[in-house]
Amino acid sequence: MTIRPITEDDLQAYVDGVLDDERHRNVSEYLLANPEAAERVSSYRSQAAALRSALDTVAREPVPSRLNLTTIAAAQAPGRRTGSLRIAAAAVVLLAIGGTGGWIMKSYALPPTEGVAALAREALATYGTFAPDRLRPVEVRADGGDAFREFADATVGRPVTIPDLSTAGYRLMGGRVVPTAHGPGLMLMYDNDKGSRLVMLTRPMAVDQDKPMVATDTADVRGWSWAKNGLGYSLVGALPHTDLHSIANMARSQV
Amino acid sequence: MNDLLLQVEPMIPALRRYARGLVRDAESADDIVQDCLERVVLNWSRRHDDNPRSWVFAILHNLAVNKLRQDARRAGSVPIEDAPETVGARSPTQEDAIYGQEVMAAIEHLPPDYRSILLLVSVEDLSYAEAAKVLEIPLGTVMSRLARARERLRSILESDRPRTSTAGSYIRRVK
Repeated sequence: MTIRPITEDDLQAYVDGVLDDERHRNVSEYLLANPEAAERVSSYRSQAAALRSALDTVAREPVPSRLNLTTIAAAQAPGRRTGSLRIAAAAVVLLAIGGTGGWIMKSYALPPTEGVAALAREALATYGTFAPDRLRPVEVRADGGDAFREFADATVGRPVTIPDLSTAGYRLMGGRVVPTAHGPGLMLMYDNDKGSRLVMLTRPMAVDQDKPMVATDTADVRGWSWAKNGLGYSLVGALPHTDLHSIANMARSQV
Repeated sequence: MNDLLLQVEPMIPALRRYARGLVRDAESADDIVQDCLERVVLNWSRRHDDNPRSWVFAILHNLAVNKLRQDARRAGSVPIEDAPETVGARSPTQEDAIYGQEVMAAIEHLPPDYRSILLLVSVEDLSYAEAAKVLEIPLGTVMSRLARARERLRSILESDRPRTSTAGSYIRRVK
C-alpha cells in the first residue's frame, strides 16, 4: 500500500479542512514526521482564525439602511439611474461591432431570410431585447379582457389565438408590436413565479405556410418554431430543450 | 424579484465583511457593497451562473479591485506588490496567538490578489472552485496563490512580532 506523496495543495486543503478522511489521516501522519510543515500549517490555521474573528464583527453589525435590498430594487424600477446611459453606450458599440462584423461575414454565411428559420431568428432577437427588460418589457399589458385581444388581432392583421400556458406555470404579461423584415410581428411575453420569461413571436408567413415544429439553439436560449394556416409561431426561452418543447406543444395545440 | 431577495439578502453581511477586508475604510466598503447590490438587482435576470453566491461575490470583487486601483493611482503609490517582504527574519514562535488587529494590519501589506484569496477561502468559506469563479482564474492558480498568500502573511506576522513585543514602551495587547 503506497501513499501518494503529500503535496502543497494537500497542506492547504488540510488547513481548510476539506480533505477526505483518508487523505486527512495521511497528512496528519506526514505532519508528525515533518515539524517544519507542521509549523506552517498551524501558523496558517491561526491566521485564518484571526482573520475570521477580526472580520466577524462586521458581519454581525446591523446592515445599514442604504444596503436594504428591497429599497434598492424599488429605486431601480422607475428610472434606472446609472444603467441607462451605460447600456446605451454598450448598445452603440454592439451595433457597431454587429454592423461591421455582419458586413464582413455576409458573403460567408448568409442567414436564412425566409420561412420559419427567419421567424426563429426574429424571435431570438426579440427575446434577447425584451426578456431582460425590467423597465418596460411589454407595450400593452394583458388585462384579461378584449382590449388586449383587439391589439393582438390588429397587430397581426387577422384574428389570433393567445395561448394559455398557465398549466405550465406561465402567465401572460402582455405584448408588443415587433418590426420584422416580414412586417409587424406580435410578441407575447409570459413569466412564471420564478421570474423566468418566455417570448412568443407570431406573424403572417409568406413562405412556409404550414410547417412542423423545428428547434433553434444558441448558447443559452432555445426556441421552437412552427407554422400553421399561414401564421408562424416561435416560442423562445432560457429553458432546457425538452421543457420548452412541451410548452411549445401546449401552445401549438391551442392555435 | 422574490427569488432575488431570498437568495441575495442573506449574503449582505458577508458581502460587507469581504468588502471591509479588502478596503479597510468602512464607508468606502459599504459604498462598494451598495454599488454591487445595484448591479445585482439590474442584472439578476441576465445572470448565467447557477451559483448566485459566486456570481454576486465576483461583482463585488471586481468593484472592490477597481476601487483599490483608483486609490492607488490617485495616491501615486507604489504597487502593493512592491511592499517589503521579509522572509526568515527570525525563528518563528508558533505558540504565539495571532490577534485580530495584528492580522488586519498585516494583510494591508499583501497585494490585493493575495488578500482576496485569503478572505474568500478562510473567511467567506468559499470552495476552491467558487473562489476560482469569483477571481476568474484557474483552480491551479487558486491553489498556488493561496499557498503564497499564506506564506507571505506568515512572514509579515513573524517579522512584525519582535518589534512589538521587545520594545519596552509598547503596551502589550490583552485580549
